Amino acid sequence: MGLELPKYPEMEEDQVFNFTDSEIVSHVKQALASVLSGDNNSYNQLVGVMHHSKHLAPDEVALLETTLKALAGAVSSIDITHHDSLLSAIFCMSMWNYGPHVADALAELIVSLAISNGKYLDLCLGMLVSNFTPPPYFLDKLKMPHGLERKGQVLSRVHAAFKKIADYVPLAPLRLLTIVLQGMPTIYHKDRAIVIYVENMLKLESGEIGELVGSTILMAVVDRLIELDVEIGWDAILQDDFSKGIFEMELEDVDDIEESAEPDVGEFRLSRKSLAGNSIAELLDNLLVLTFEHLESCEREGRLAKVFETLLQSFRVTVLSAYKSKFAQFVMFYACALDPENCGMRFATMLADLFVQDSQPQPTRMSAVSYLASYLSRAKFLAASSISSMLKRLVDWCLEYCEAHDGDINPNAHRVFYSGCQAIMYVLCFRMKVFVDVPRLKSELLIPLEQVLKHKLNPLKVCLPSVVEEFLRQAKAASLFTVCKTFIFDGLLESELSRAFGGLERLDTFFPFDPCLLKKCDSFIRPMFVFWSMVKPTYDDAFDDDDDDDGSSDDDLVQDFVTENEDIMNDEFGKSFDEQGVDMDEFDYALKKMSITPKATSNYKFGGRFQEPARMPSRIRPSTSPESL
Amino acid sequence: MEGLSVADANLVMYLHPSKSRNVSQSILRELGSLLFKFNETFDGVLLAYDVNILDKQAKILSGVHPYFGLRLKANLLLFSPKPDMLLEGKVVKLSQESIHVIVLGFSSAIITAENIRGEFKYRTKDKEELFASKSHKRHVIKVGTMIRFLVKSFDEEILHIIGSLISAHTGSIRWLDRHLEEDSEFDRSFSKLKSFI
Repeated sequence: MGLELPKYPEMEEDQVFNFTDSEIVSHVKQALASVLSGDNNSYNQLVGVMHHSKHLAPDEVALLETTLKALAGAVSSIDITHHDSLLSAIFCMSMWNYGPHVADALAELIVSLAISNGKYLDLCLGMLVSNFTPPPYFLDKLKMPHGLERKGQVLSRVHAAFKKIADYVPLAPLRLLTIVLQGMPTIYHKDRAIVIYVENMLKLESGEIGELVGSTILMAVVDRLIELDVEIGWDAILQDDFSKGIFEMELEDVDDIEESAEPDVGEFRLSRKSLAGNSIAELLDNLLVLTFEHLESCEREGRLAKVFETLLQSFRVTVLSAYKSKFAQFVMFYACALDPENCGMRFATMLADLFVQDSQPQPTRMSAVSYLASYLSRAKFLAASSISSMLKRLVDWCLEYCEAHDGDINPNAHRVFYSGCQAIMYVLCFRMKVFVDVPRLKSELLIPLEQVLKHKLNPLKVCLPSVVEEFLRQAKAASLFTVCKTFIFDGLLESELSRAFGGLERLDTFFPFDPCLLKKCDSFIRPMFVFWSMVKPTYDDAFDDDDDDDGSSDDDLVQDFVTENEDIMNDEFGKSFDEQGVDMDEFDYALKKMSITPKATSNYKFGGRFQEPARMPSRIRPSTSPESL
Repeated sequence: MEGLSVADANLVMYLHPSKSRNVSQSILRELGSLLFKFNETFDGVLLAYDVNILDKQAKILSGVHPYFGLRLKANLLLFSPKPDMLLEGKVVKLSQESIHVIVLGFSSAIITAENIRGEFKYRTKDKEELFASKSHKRHVIKVGTMIRFLVKSFDEEILHIIGSLISAHTGSIRWLDRHLEEDSEFDRSFSKLKSFI
């Protein structure tokens, strides 16, 4: 084969010569060898060609390509000490700066270097990994078509190079793994390099060496997600004006607010808005979307079950133990949604298993059951039978616990028990209609549950009041068991007792799968998510018949409670009752400003104190009272 | 092939107290983490192991973390190539400059052109690259051939071998074995005769 060179720097003649490849290679070899004898001229010129990278004329491009190809043939003559300037020039080159031909030649050179000598392996892999991210000037161009094209071109060559190296050096993937993990940009990198880096990591996972490096990479990605997650403070999401507010607007309603002409709909808008400017939230959003898309491709390739095992382990180790993870857990939610029968059930089973194991530490068990409760309530894709089997497990465990423990009410001593009861009640608030319609479930589940709730340990008193109230309301409407008349919470979100069992971590107000506040994520999750407004509570049926007389039955219900329990109001809830008065006023005000009427319940049509039912805490805010933090 | 050996080892493994719940799993994990890495103590790369716990009781070390020491007996398969050993591997890449070989499926070896004896000439036949012997027509090395080569040096970190095909005992294994067979044919025919008597 002949190669025509317009101009080769070392040649003194102006004529054009045809050189064969092997002649060029031997020329380069000579240049390399001459360094050892002290003559650096040709060598320096070689290095110069490597360094010249910007604004290359076509002949310079050809020269670079030829030189790279020649070097690939001469790797055995490269010495790590004598030719260090050449090597460092090569390792600093970025494929993003060049067109496809030069990129090919560079990739070939790197592969040849890597397989020629163990000493170069790590350096070559490092060079390829550094090509995951474009040089800073290119980052902005990534969105444009030219940028995308270059990205595809570079990344395909980089990953192909990994495969080739792995073919010739079987242990290379192991070393690659270490290098990739070490090279992960931290979350504080301003240039957003982490998004494209993670994209590359996921590409590795699904690539040809994926089997070897995949699971470690996935776990590292989840670790990074959690790191970002914990950087977003809870105060960025929640605002504290209504510390004891009972109503929460779910996000879909917030959108409605924005659509209506109301200018200041109140502080509820802040929650997503304040997150909007938060750059870390944006980063997390992008990474979560990347992960979701990756899971989708895994599912298409039929690998989801295997990938899920890794995710599950990662969840268990990282997410579950993180203090109140906010969004990272949606990775699990999405994976389960893609494969409800298999992955969906596997997730629920794992959580239930953790809950019932005595050997697990308390916070883990309570956390697990909170995840389970939130998951069973919010997952649109779960079959009623799956939910009922999980609930049955929880109920059975609680019943066993009751029978084994004969004590009185004691939030601190029976934390796990109370969190279990709360979980059951929470799920039933969302799903009660399902169980009411199936008589067998009614008897299997609800009879033991009644026993649990009426036990001396008194979970109805200890668990989060808003949950209990909603539950009792629905239970009464569905005539599930005899109305417990001894509870009045007056729309309290939480109580001292619930705080006591929740502990320092406030696991009594932890509902991890509450609507996702990250915009792009939310659009993925939404189709498979149960919003509270979509739920038809059992008491709704009662109102279907009295359209003209809307408020009355509701009133009666609440009035019953009030008249029969005035004395109760004063002891435990006495303190909060006063505060409540204030809150309610502010609340009325805020409510009247809102123009939303969610589709389901008719309750919202009226303002007024007692006619506002304790709404299901779809997004509970932690109490801001000092002792809980 | 040289370089492979089986060793009996008496080991003491120190485990963190958190591992005390599932000791056998921890032992396997610890030993597993040593696989395919060069180990100074064993003086070789650990390829496989078979382990037995000698004593159910373990001594607890005093200190900040009370590690406990388990006495184990293990059978270890080790790979320790030394210079001038003959190894066998499969050719995965061949060019004029070098032959790339993989030994035992995990260790990569390279034989550069200057370490290939003059007997072999680089040729391209039907778009296939190969090294053919000038003196023995049948002696051909191409991608997929199992070859026997001499170890020049061994990089313990990357488990990378630099080899040579200079010595006469090196080359394509199939050809070498057959070539040796010819010498021993006389012996075999003689033993055949013996069986008749």
